Amino acid sequence: MLEVKNLSMRFGGLLAVDQVSLDVREHEIVSIIGPNGAGKTTVFNCLSGFYKPTGGDILFNGQPIQAKPDYKISRLGMVRTFQHVRLFGNMTVVENLLVAQHRHLNTNLLSGLLKTPDYRKREQKSLDRAAYWLDRVGLLALANREAGNLAYGQQRRLEIARCMVTEPKLLMLDEPAAGLNPAETKELDQLIVSLKEDYNVSVLLIEHDMNLVMGISDRINVISQGRPLAAGTPDDIRQNDDVIKAYLGEA
Amino acid sequence: MAAHNLKHALFCAFITLLIAYPILGFNLKSEGMNLSLTGADAFTLVMVFLAAVIVFGFQLFREPIMGSLRSIPALAPTKKPEPMTENRRVKIESRIITIIVVLAVFWPFFVSRGSVDLGTLVLIYIMLALGLNVVVGLAGLLDLGYVAFYAVGAYTFALLSDYLGVSFWLALPFGALLAALFGLVLGFPVLRLRGDYLAIVTLGFGEIIRILLNNWTSLTGGPNGIGGIPEPTLFGMEFGRRIKEEGNVSFHETFGIAYAGEHKVIFLYLIALVLAVITALIIRRLMRMPVGRAWEALREDEIAARSLGLSRTAVKLSAFTIGAFFAGFAGTVFASKQGFISPESFVFLESAIVLAIVVLGGMGSQIGVILAAVAVTILPELAREFSEYRMLIFGAAMVLMMVWRPQGLMPMRRIHIELKQQE
Repeated sequence: MLEVKNLSMRFGGLLAVDQVSLDVREHEIVSIIGPNGAGKTTVFNCLSGFYKPTGGDILFNGQPIQAKPDYKISRLGMVRTFQHVRLFGNMTVVENLLVAQHRHLNTNLLSGLLKTPDYRKREQKSLDRAAYWLDRVGLLALANREAGNLAYGQQRRLEIARCMVTEPKLLMLDEPAAGLNPAETKELDQLIVSLKEDYNVSVLLIEHDMNLVMGISDRINVISQGRPLAAGTPDDIRQNDDVIKAYLGEA
Repeated sequence: MAAHNLKHALFCAFITLLIAYPILGFNLKSEGMNLSLTGADAFTLVMVFLAAVIVFGFQLFREPIMGSLRSIPALAPTKKPEPMTENRRVKIESRIITIIVVLAVFWPFFVSRGSVDLGTLVLIYIMLALGLNVVVGLAGLLDLGYVAFYAVGAYTFALLSDYLGVSFWLALPFGALLAALFGLVLGFPVLRLRGDYLAIVTLGFGEIIRILLNNWTSLTGGPNGIGGIPEPTLFGMEFGRRIKEEGNVSFHETFGIAYAGEHKVIFLYLIALVLAVITALIIRRLMRMPVGRAWEALREDEIAARSLGLSRTAVKLSAFTIGAFFAGFAGTVFASKQGFISPESFVFLESAIVLAIVVLGGMGSQIGVILAAVAVTILPELAREFSEYRMLIFGAAMVLMMVWRPQGLMPMRRIHIELKQQE
């Protein structure tokens, strides 16, 4: 579904990403791991259109997307979260989810101004969808709170819910477990697996929590200093000498 | 601490003397062809010295004075009133607004003609400020050239009536739509800029429009302006003593009442009132629609908004265009009220005043903006006796506002959409 071939990203003299290739198939959780500063988030930024890669091809469902603007990539069904949570803090939880569904709403100004029945129906539908996902991530009781006042773990889950209401095909999570306590990480683990199993969403994951990564990934790509180091199943990676030396460390 | 205060106070007093003495202490007198410099009388000098002493005293005891001001409960921003539930607040708000509108409808029949005229001006500023509130308050785009769209609306009506004899009612949508089109066209290249850069470029566009109107003499009459702009008619009834256009009848004859100049003024006031109410209602509705949420989302976190598939250009352009649309509305009413327009009416100061209204009222807050529009338009009229010091008073009011209520008169409180709990 997502194919990345020889992706490179150069900032002036710095080659942040060098010839990275990876692919994500339908119904699969793929992780990218690597030491800090290895270029994982840069890869994400290239994939989601925030950076224009300086080399390589990105194909999403066979369609080249490396030259598309970010919002178009998102509309194709590739939606991401951020390393530092980016919510609309002054809006309520449910409004955050409504913003994400703008495409499902009738965008015709007149029908909105006149509150036509069709417009109301669509609005109700997106409210229902928001309620469904809030229930799913356990935030329904907080629906009318301001998003900025939520606890950190709740904000993380809200960000995932906000992606899911756009009905993506591929969800890209950038360190979703950062700052979560072990219990919250466990919940996140179950949530991600359920996204794959119950909603048929593929997941591309950047994460440092090895228990989480090894537990749920179908395949893992290791990047070090911008270059691909290894790729394979969790068991392959665990035994790979290069990866142990560069990242995992000897136990 | 005390020594530092003393030093600071001495410095401030010295600066006061330095500024006030040359400005007030010397007068230029013309004696025939020559100008001569004479010193002011003793009284002025004493006053200048007194001012310096007051500044010295205030700066020396600044903290206790400011502290006592803060403790006045009504002005204290730190002490929040009891929070009301959302529903109750919205209900009270809408009730108050309804009462104000009803009062505003009957008010002109009991006051002087001049007051009604001023009321119309206030309503025009309310329209302008509500429109700019969309751009600055909701979408967070600092637009310093807003007056350009006001000018486009006014000149559209003036030119259409001058060359084609188009009436007010036909020109109203035309003026607004043309202003919106200008907003769209001007917005397109500038909206990739952000913050200060956007402000500077919009400032430039505002000036370009004014200078264009000033210099395109063959079309706009240049600095001479355009006169004889017709007043609006009520179903073909004119409000003048004599009928200007054939086929029309006059208002006072139709209803068999004596001619009075007030009719026209009141009618224009009522039109402005209706348009202002429509503007407020439309924008209020827009705020709760997807497009309104998109404006706020983009203002709060552009990157997150883009990652969710919001097109930055489309969202910003829509805010810019809708803001310009209402400025066009206001411009058409203004042209009709004045009967004469020239580029003089659309200088940068107008943009600045409208922006000041939005900031004073509280960015994004409709009621706040309306209150501020009333205050900013009426205060200078009340202070006409001190006409020389009007700008001084205006500036002082601004500074005081920023000290006491940096959020504006009525800070924006978002109308949240609530999720009804399904049991």
